[in-house]
Amino acid sequence: MAHSHLARSEKINGWGFVMPALVLIGIFMIYPIVWSLWMSFQTGRGMQLSFGGLANITRLTQDPIFIRALTNTLIFLAIQVPVMLVLALLFANALNDSKLWGRGFFRTAIFLPCVTSLVAYSVIFKSMFAGDGIVNQTLLALNLIDVPIAWLADPFWAKVVIVTAITWRWTGYNMIFYLAAMQNIDRSIYEAARIDGVPAWARFWYLTVPMLKPVILFTSIISTIGTLQLFDEPNLITLGGPSDSTLTLSLYIYNLSFKFMPSFGYAATVSYVIVILVALLSILQFFAVRERRT
Amino acid sequence: MSNPVAFLGRTAQYVLLSIAAFVSVFPFFWMVLGATNTSPDIIRGRIAPGTALFDNIGKFLTQIDLPRVLFNSLFIAGVGSALTLIVASMAGYGFEMFRSRVRERVFSLLLLMLSIPFAALMIPLFIMMANLKLINTYQAIILPSIASIFIIFYFRQATKAFPHELRDAARIDGLKEWQIFFYVYMPVMRSTYAAATIIVFMANWNNYLWPLIVLQTNDMFTMTLAIAALNAGYTPDFGVIMVGAIIATLPTLVIFFLLQRRFVEGMLGAVK
Repeated sequence: MAHSHLARSEKINGWGFVMPALVLIGIFMIYPIVWSLWMSFQTGRGMQLSFGGLANITRLTQDPIFIRALTNTLIFLAIQVPVMLVLALLFANALNDSKLWGRGFFRTAIFLPCVTSLVAYSVIFKSMFAGDGIVNQTLLALNLIDVPIAWLADPFWAKVVIVTAITWRWTGYNMIFYLAAMQNIDRSIYEAARIDGVPAWARFWYLTVPMLKPVILFTSIISTIGTLQLFDEPNLITLGGPSDSTLTLSLYIYNLSFKFMPSFGYAATVSYVIVILVALLSILQFFAVRERRT
Repeated sequence: MSNPVAFLGRTAQYVLLSIAAFVSVFPFFWMVLGATNTSPDIIRGRIAPGTALFDNIGKFLTQIDLPRVLFNSLFIAGVGSALTLIVASMAGYGFEMFRSRVRERVFSLLLLMLSIPFAALMIPLFIMMANLKLINTYQAIILPSIASIFIIFYFRQATKAFPHELRDAARIDGLKEWQIFFYVYMPVMRSTYAAATIIVFMANWNNYLWPLIVLQTNDMFTMTLAIAALNAGYTPDFGVIMVGAIIATLPTLVIFFLLQRRFVEGMLGAVK
């Protein structure tokens, strides 16, 4: 009797505490994600949608702008995430040294970019990479280039600006994760390696990196998810241009839905491309790190 | 430093970190300098304080209704953060303190849902808000943001350190479960709440895409939307934009410097 009363109270309270969150998640996440799957099979303009079967998928394969956006997004992903994570690892490793003078200063400085709002830093970068802007002036003064680079007007360099901007904003963020993980590694392992004459780069590569694998996995998954959804920077710095060279999938979905005559069904299909990519890449990264461990 | 290799290594370490620190901090200087310069000077790369500060501030204030925009941003970020903290911490507490097989399954499902991209939600959410006549309202921004799975996860992780004896003692004292949560758990976990507040407030304050879709008139604009609006067009006035960028960055910068340790703890919460 007393036991069943307790069990009942556990049940009521257990659900009671989680229910508000679950109801909200149901309304604002599960319902929309199912709805947009349904919508991705519908065609038409505005709110006048009708079932179109696989018409949207056929349209995807024949849509040069979609192919463009997909390619751009994958290029950003393939270049930006590895560059950023390697930099973050290097900075963390350099900072993980109790004898380093000015350690707190360096750590705070490198972390500072993640305090800025995406909109604010995007417009700041836009102004720095102007045709005669400070970046070109500096590179000219250092004799690194002879003529100014048309950062925002050239399809290749516009991509470089976007990659640079995102890397600036997020490297410190990832570095903090690595630094925290490094501080949990037992120092005596390094001492032993040092006494055995293992050089610094080898200690980094054969000791630190393998021990950081779970964190590296975590950061590469969140960075992948973030980069696949890239929207703010291209929309504010380059508006997806020049000639769609920085158009991302999210930006294309936004344009399809809210910029021109809305094409919600097709936009939903494009959004599911991101869903599938996120799922595939997360699984892939998970197994890649697992494989190497054994 | 008798060992030349060690000396070289140390030098390389300082060079690397100095460059990284310089590159990281430079845009902040550029923003502050920019606020004092005219737009043509900024895009010409003038790296010296100018005399246009008051002119830029004046133009900013005529183009943007600052009190209104600040109120919108603060209201959305403040109310949104408060609701997120209550709902998400309750859920994190519930999942951790009242275990059941079904709820563990539900929790695993939530973790999977962490990777659902917002791009796949925004169209149905927009139509939903249009049907509910909530376009261009605060509710449209706040409601979908409340049940943050990331924060639920964060609170569940933190709750693992909450001593069960405290709950048992409170039960013996005759407190009801909701009283234990509000009068025992919340005060004990205040540093977790502080760290979570920083993450949630920043995310709300800096949100751009969803407000861009849902907020449509100037009087509803948040700070981020106001800056984005200044940035639109062929010849944006960068001097004025920099004034806005400073105002948008200042709150998070101040929070960061005041609560640096909590700030970093909050960001690390997910991997503990």
